[in-house]
Amino acid sequence: MILLDRVTKIYNRDMAPALDRISLRVEPKEFVIVVGQSGAGKTTLLRLLTREERQTSGKIIVGGVDYDKLQDKNIPLLRRKIGVVFQDFKLLPNRNVFENVAFALEIVGMSRHEIERTVPKVLEIVNLKGKEKNMPLELSGGERQRVAIARAVVRQPKILIADEPTGNLDPKHAWDVIRVLEKINRFGTTVLLTTHNKDIVDKLKRRVVTIQNGKIVRDKANAAYKI
Amino acid sequence: MKHRIVTILRIIRTGAINFTRNLSLAAAAMAVMGVTLTIILFSVVAGSAFNHSITQLTNKLNVSVYLSDSVTQPQLDSFLKQLRSQPNVKKATYYSKAQDLAQAKAQNAGNQTLLQGLSETGNVIPAKIQIQPVDPNKIQDIKNFLDKPANLALEDSQTPTSYSGDEKAAIDKIAHATNVIREAGVVAVIVFAMISMLIIFNTIRMAIFNRRDEISIMRLLGASTWFIRGPFVVESVIYGIISALASIALIDVLFAGTANGLQASSLGLLDINYANLFFKSHLWLLLLLQLMIGILIGAVSSVIATRRYLKFKSK
Repeated sequence: MILLDRVTKIYNRDMAPALDRISLRVEPKEFVIVVGQSGAGKTTLLRLLTREERQTSGKIIVGGVDYDKLQDKNIPLLRRKIGVVFQDFKLLPNRNVFENVAFALEIVGMSRHEIERTVPKVLEIVNLKGKEKNMPLELSGGERQRVAIARAVVRQPKILIADEPTGNLDPKHAWDVIRVLEKINRFGTTVLLTTHNKDIVDKLKRRVVTIQNGKIVRDKANAAYKI
Repeated sequence: MKHRIVTILRIIRTGAINFTRNLSLAAAAMAVMGVTLTIILFSVVAGSAFNHSITQLTNKLNVSVYLSDSVTQPQLDSFLKQLRSQPNVKKATYYSKAQDLAQAKAQNAGNQTLLQGLSETGNVIPAKIQIQPVDPNKIQDIKNFLDKPANLALEDSQTPTSYSGDEKAAIDKIAHATNVIREAGVVAVIVFAMISMLIIFNTIRMAIFNRRDEISIMRLLGASTWFIRGPFVVESVIYGIISALASIALIDVLFAGTANGLQASSLGLLDINYANLFFKSHLWLLLLLQLMIGILIGAVSSVIATRRYLKFKSK
């Protein structure tokens, strides 16, 4: 599903590379946790996958798409196949919960009718039924993050990328979010999660990839948090 | 196909909503664009009025050739025929001595002594042919023809052929002056078009800046370039449409108002009545022209303004 082959990313020639010849293979339906200190290169890795940044060298293939051969005009099409969740939610503040999720479908030209059928189903999955009319500012952090997850998965992407989705949340809400991610993974979506939360990593017992100074230093199934 | 239509409708809707939200910024853009379009429209209408005046003056230019009393009907017929076959002759009209006399009397209706003189001496006024040239600048052709010895024999030796030479020079001067005015109009149009493009450009940039978070989110969710850019373009096209309608209304008030208010039908060369008439009869065409220019200015400046923000990182 995701294949990185000796991927290097250099932002500034005078500094050490943000990612240094990283190779990683993620199978379909896998749940992979990426851990590492701030500045280790986790976010860079995710930004390469969403093609917000371009690798300096190496090969990236996601869902059969070779990023070297990806033309700029096809980047939007790629992003529609990848769901992304951010630490700061990135919800549209002047749209309510329903509209925020519907927005992802409007972009791909789905009709009003289909949108009204699809969005409630997804809001149910993330346990936000009944909050359709709420504005983002009226929600707790955990709820907002679940809106963001609903928006990311409403188009049924094959891959969900979650960049420290629990970073701004207290433990209870963090677990709400993680449970939702697990549920989505059970439905067959590949999940790539970055986090600092030791408790979550230890309890999830999933494959853990540890990045340090731009290199993968550990890649273990069923692992615990260790830096 | 269905998706595409849904998307286009959504883009237009979003653009319209953004327009209403952005109204205070949009006001400046529309004001400048309205001025630009009004100048353009005024130039077009005034230009046509100038043209009309000059054409009318030019049509009065003609050559009058006076015939000797001894010319017989067959001679006259063949002369007229030859004359009409000249390439630069638009129209050649024959006036008999009687007609000329009547004309002269009519022209001098107030002058009793002259009238008396005319009726006492018998008809001394020669018959004439009035020639209207196709191109007043090439009257020499006609002159050459008339000066052929065979033709000269038919002409009245007492009354020289009149070529309206002085009038032509005066009309040329007027035409030159209106050309200068027209050129100044073109320069003004270009300058104002550029200013309004810059202001729309800034307005859209400001709108983009206000919504930059929204744009980056749209980008991350996989919105296509046109899904993001479209509403901005729609918004500035709306500026164009409103400004075009405003310019039409403004010019209407200006010409219709002055035509009614002023007792005079023209201000010098600018024939207000004609301009008003021209404006009314070409209203739809002018509206279309204004809309096209307004939409073009709006669309071009917003496409340029959004370009920088919508580029993907390629390095």
